[in-house]
Amino acid sequence: MFCLLLHHTRNFRQLLIKQVSKSHVYAVSNALHTTRLLRHGEYEWKDPKSPDEIVNITYVDKDGKRTKVQGKVGDNVLYLAHRHGIEMEGACEASLACTTCHVYVQNNYLENLSEADEKEDDLLDMAPFLRENSRLGCQIVLDKSMEGMELELPKATRNFYVDGHKPKPH
Amino acid sequence: MSFAKNLVYSRLKLLNKYSRSVNTSAIRLQNVQQVTTGKRICIVGAGPAGFYAAQYLLKQLSDCTVDIVEKLPVPFGLVRFGVAPDHPEVKNVINTFTKTAENPRLRFFGNVSLGQDISLQELRQRYHAVLLTYGADQDRELQLQNEQEQHVISARKFVAWYNGLPGAEQLQPDLSGRDVTIVGQGNVAVDVARVLLSPIDKLKITDTTEYALEALARSQVQRVHLVGRRGPLQAAFTIKELREMLKLPNVTTNWRSSDFTGIAEQLEQLQRPRRRLTELMLKSLSEQSTRSSTAAAGRQFLPVFLRAPKAISAKEMEFAVTQLREGVAVATDATECLPADLILRSIGYKSSCADAGINFDPQRGHVRHEQGRVLKDGEEKSVEPGLYVAGWLASGPTGVILTTMNGAFAVAKTICDDITAKAFDTASTKPGFEVGSQRIVSWDGWLRIDQQECEAGKSKGKPREKIVDIEHMLTIAGV
Repeated sequence: MFCLLLHHTRNFRQLLIKQVSKSHVYAVSNALHTTRLLRHGEYEWKDPKSPDEIVNITYVDKDGKRTKVQGKVGDNVLYLAHRHGIEMEGACEASLACTTCHVYVQNNYLENLSEADEKEDDLLDMAPFLRENSRLGCQIVLDKSMEGMELELPKATRNFYVDGHKPKPH
Repeated sequence: MSFAKNLVYSRLKLLNKYSRSVNTSAIRLQNVQQVTTGKRICIVGAGPAGFYAAQYLLKQLSDCTVDIVEKLPVPFGLVRFGVAPDHPEVKNVINTFTKTAENPRLRFFGNVSLGQDISLQELRQRYHAVLLTYGADQDRELQLQNEQEQHVISARKFVAWYNGLPGAEQLQPDLSGRDVTIVGQGNVAVDVARVLLSPIDKLKITDTTEYALEALARSQVQRVHLVGRRGPLQAAFTIKELREMLKLPNVTTNWRSSDFTGIAEQLEQLQRPRRRLTELMLKSLSEQSTRSSTAAAGRQFLPVFLRAPKAISAKEMEFAVTQLREGVAVATDATECLPADLILRSIGYKSSCADAGINFDPQRGHVRHEQGRVLKDGEEKSVEPGLYVAGWLASGPTGVILTTMNGAFAVAKTICDDITAKAFDTASTKPGFEVGSQRIVSWDGWLRIDQQECEAGKSKGKPREKIVDIEHMLTIAGV
């Protein structure tokens, strides 16, 4: 089974508590998200207007190659990746209908991100190699607290292609 | 509009102009034919696996040309004919595929059928490498008597019917009865249940074919049973699909509380996806008593667990009651009959063998291969040089689009690695596909069909009205 066990670890429980206690705050930030998601990446092609806007992050691709990228507050990390030639797919164009932009968020940054909403969590449940720090790239919008964050793309799933793979009966 | 944005727009415009200028098929053919030293790769099947593989190859191999041949006059495979019409966001991937198709090093040949219009052997002679990605167009059967009766149809065909796959318009499912029983609980089964139970107004704004909308508007179906051999902990549908069912207007979901004996106690041990799905089922079950009294009149969605198909008769279907032993459903002597004016079989797809030259495993319904390299017939280790397989034709019909994408990328990488390792001949000159007297749809031809469909949809408030008749498609494409 390729999904890692996610026990009710302390970390997870903390996340849950945080979600409940801050839900009113997230409702607001989610609303902001929605307007941002309607963009198709034009915003990410703009350079930061001032140093205050700059957010530096690092992408680690499937082969472990690290690419440092200068983003800015408000950038969607899916489209930012596209600008910099990072191979993060976005098949559904950030409309929360697929899992092709699945990333692992460096653990200590996880709590700086707005909580995954129900739809994102439902999709993550379908992503191969789900981990506790899994998120969808298209739902991560940069702010200053993410300065220095690393985003790792899951390894390619070669093991799906060994002959003899049998789809499990329903 | 800012300067930067302007710049991007003008760049895009330039790109568009450029691709349009090389898109006219005559010029494009010349373009590709001039590149005689490059590697020629042929991909059979224009679905997600084919397009993702093409995307990777074009990016990694600057001296390759890729031709995609497709049986139908129109591209995109299951994105067009499989994805549910009320999931338009999933189809956004078509934009990415279109960008790939507009690469001047890619040609699209629609209406070319492997095994009929061209043999595998001929393709292999004409290209350095051939990648088979023609998917799974058959379905697994229950192997029960009366399975060929008119009131038993495959969910795959039903999906093809509402999605406008050429030929599927003949299906004419009988929706005059009250009860539908769906055998199988995967996401295809849930898609079909949702389409049957959705208010017609919700479907009218999708690209569901007009004839299907008319039939669904007349539908008398009130109850849809979704039957699985195993228990709630083995349910094959995913949480996103279930949540959609639970939110359908005027539809109540009724679970059998007996199916959930001892389930809540096991929640703690479950992995996250399974736990969240099970929690949602339990929550819905717990709200059932308050729900059923208020909405008895509406349509009903009825998941049934631990029942294995046993016999088919005119108005009902008999199931064996099963017990789980180490995760396997074992039939007991007890049986139960469920009302079934219409039976939909949804126990999985399988591929077909398009050409006698393909090393095909009929039992498993896929091509025999090792990491995407097609194996020689009757051999375990030795591979056919320059012949590859990806997508459902390789893996079996399983996984979400990400799975297919990763698989296609992996096989495309294997092709690149094999070229570097000189595992197959790339030195000789290969002619590629040559258009003879056949009626072949180019990418431009598809764009004309696409435009016509979108325009036809506009007046009805739909994203498109799909053309179903192949002859009509060919006429619009101008061939």
